Amino acid sequence: MILRPRLEDVKIIGYYLGKIILGLALTMVIPVITGLAFKEINPTFDFLIGLEAALISGLLLTKVCYTQKNLNWMQGMIVVSLSWLAAMILGAIPLYLSGHWKSYLDACFEAMSGFATTGLALVQDLDHLSFAHNLWRHLIMFIGGQGIVIVALSLFVKGASGAFKLYVGEARDERVLPNVISTSRFIWLVSIVYLVLGTLALGITGMLSGMKPVNAFFHGACIFMAAFDTGGFAPQSQNILYYHSFQLELITIVIMILGAINFKLHYHLWAGNRKEIFKNIETTTLFVTIMVTFCITAVGLTQAGSYPQALTLFRKGFYQLISGHTGTGYQTIYPQQFINEWNHLSLVGIICAMALGGAVCSTTGAIKMLRIGIIYKALKEDLKRIILPDKAFIVEKFHHIKTVFLEDKVARSALLIALCYFILYWLGALVGMYFGHPFLNALFESTSAAANVGLSCGITGTGMPAALKITYIIQMWAGRLEFMSIFTLIGFLVAAIKGK
Amino acid sequence: MKILFNVKCVMCNVFLLYALHFTLYTAYAQPISSTELINNAKIYNSKTVTYEGEIIGDVMRRGENAWINVNDGSNAIGIWINTSLLKEINYTGSYKSSGDRVEVTGVFNRACPEHGGDLDIHAQSLRKINSGRLRPQRLNPDKRNQVFILLGVLISVWILSLLKRK
Repeated sequence: MILRPRLEDVKIIGYYLGKIILGLALTMVIPVITGLAFKEINPTFDFLIGLEAALISGLLLTKVCYTQKNLNWMQGMIVVSLSWLAAMILGAIPLYLSGHWKSYLDACFEAMSGFATTGLALVQDLDHLSFAHNLWRHLIMFIGGQGIVIVALSLFVKGASGAFKLYVGEARDERVLPNVISTSRFIWLVSIVYLVLGTLALGITGMLSGMKPVNAFFHGACIFMAAFDTGGFAPQSQNILYYHSFQLELITIVIMILGAINFKLHYHLWAGNRKEIFKNIETTTLFVTIMVTFCITAVGLTQAGSYPQALTLFRKGFYQLISGHTGTGYQTIYPQQFINEWNHLSLVGIICAMALGGAVCSTTGAIKMLRIGIIYKALKEDLKRIILPDKAFIVEKFHHIKTVFLEDKVARSALLIALCYFILYWLGALVGMYFGHPFLNALFESTSAAANVGLSCGITGTGMPAALKITYIIQMWAGRLEFMSIFTLIGFLVAAIKGK
Repeated sequence: MKILFNVKCVMCNVFLLYALHFTLYTAYAQPISSTELINNAKIYNSKTVTYEGEIIGDVMRRGENAWINVNDGSNAIGIWINTSLLKEINYTGSYKSSGDRVEVTGVFNRACPEHGGDLDIHAQSLRKINSGRLRPQRLNPDKRNQVFILLGVLISVWILSLLKRK
């Protein structure tokens, strides 16, 4: 028998959702200050409207649903999934008001793409967008990459037990430090230290490349936020191609890889345990998958004759590949070039890289390296069982911060999530094909959306049907949250309708 | 009769040469859109093309040359140009200004060997078509009113919540 949710459940969900919205509202103060600093009158108003709408929603929810009770697992998961939808709806308000998005749906698409660190964009005339709006596009990637809930956890949520449920709901099942709130603050500390260093490196490179100092540092901050959080938005319409700078491409490669590494590994590296990087299952798997997918891509590009010079092939092929593998989506080629100049084999290499992703507890999306490593180990264990004598005692171990024995339930969980991702990639591809796109193009764009990458082969655009936009929004949302909190929300809604 | 035949041949040849020249001239001397260039990059590769659009972002000087990015409304393409050709450029496109509109003639590269495989144009000449300008920022009264209305609602909700707590 399905039990209908109680009013108390709704109140608890509403209360915590309100708190997260209040946290999100505070982040809109940053573009307001930016708008004032650059004397951009109307953009400042856009963000004041967005800020006020978010504050009103948050206040109403926290007051109407006031409770002192803690979250249970179901409520925590639902709060997380709803808070991402609320962030999309509220975060899209200032974007839509700017007039650079053709419809509110387009603005919602951009906001979800930003929060989910995807990087697929529907903005019009990006080259004339205000500093305030451009900063917001990148800031939402920074917020979404760390996790919307982490913002609220760091600021508002008291009580470790409720906080942990929200933290897990946001697809982070690893704690860097024993306490979740300390973990959230550590994640922010890492991100802000890298933000300062990354902005300096990119800003100086921009200046040396001939940009004006203000633009160089503004672009530096934006690019850092989108690269470290494996997002993929850029301040100009040409994406990274705008800069025509090899040095800048190299720096973004380093930042993208840093963003794709587990925060727990960052902690150990900071603590001086540098050997961990060579032993960890995630880093070793990442290295192997990068090599394999790059080989596929490089062979494809050689066959196609797209880049006759080896250095050029490496620069273009490797950049798009690292960008896809880390889930960033930065491009140094035009989307149409993927289809016109890259052959099927090279596209398959990029699609595989996008589908695999980076580390767990990082800012990347997709299946992720720990799961790939575990699935490989489980497969190896099963093969040994078949090959070796029955009496042989077979154990498989893997090293992830500490050495652990591979258990069946760990392998099952990794396989299930991987399966969910594959289904999501294929469903999106089917919808793309329904709207007339060739199979490989549809799969490319669908994988890019569901794995929160942002590389585009040209399907994403304002002209695409609303149903396809909504499909990609759902894919970005489900891919970022890794399904569980969304399944819980669906279950909750079913129970509300059918329950007794 | 033979002389008449020779004259005819010469005229035909002249006409063919003129037609061929005219065909080539229209293919590459008329401005080509960015979409056309990107979608048919292999056809235009290493050919002299004319491209027209608004200069956006920064003029990035690199020694004697500079990078400018020219947007024709669909895409922006990077132009590698000698700085001496940029003397007339006063405005580049941003939130606060429309950039100068220019016509660039140069060699189109699908994957430029000199610039790491970038799709670009190496400019031979640049002509300013229209001057850019600062874009006036007018306060939008509707937005201002919405800010004040929402501020009123926000304060009301806050006061009501304080009263409820008491």
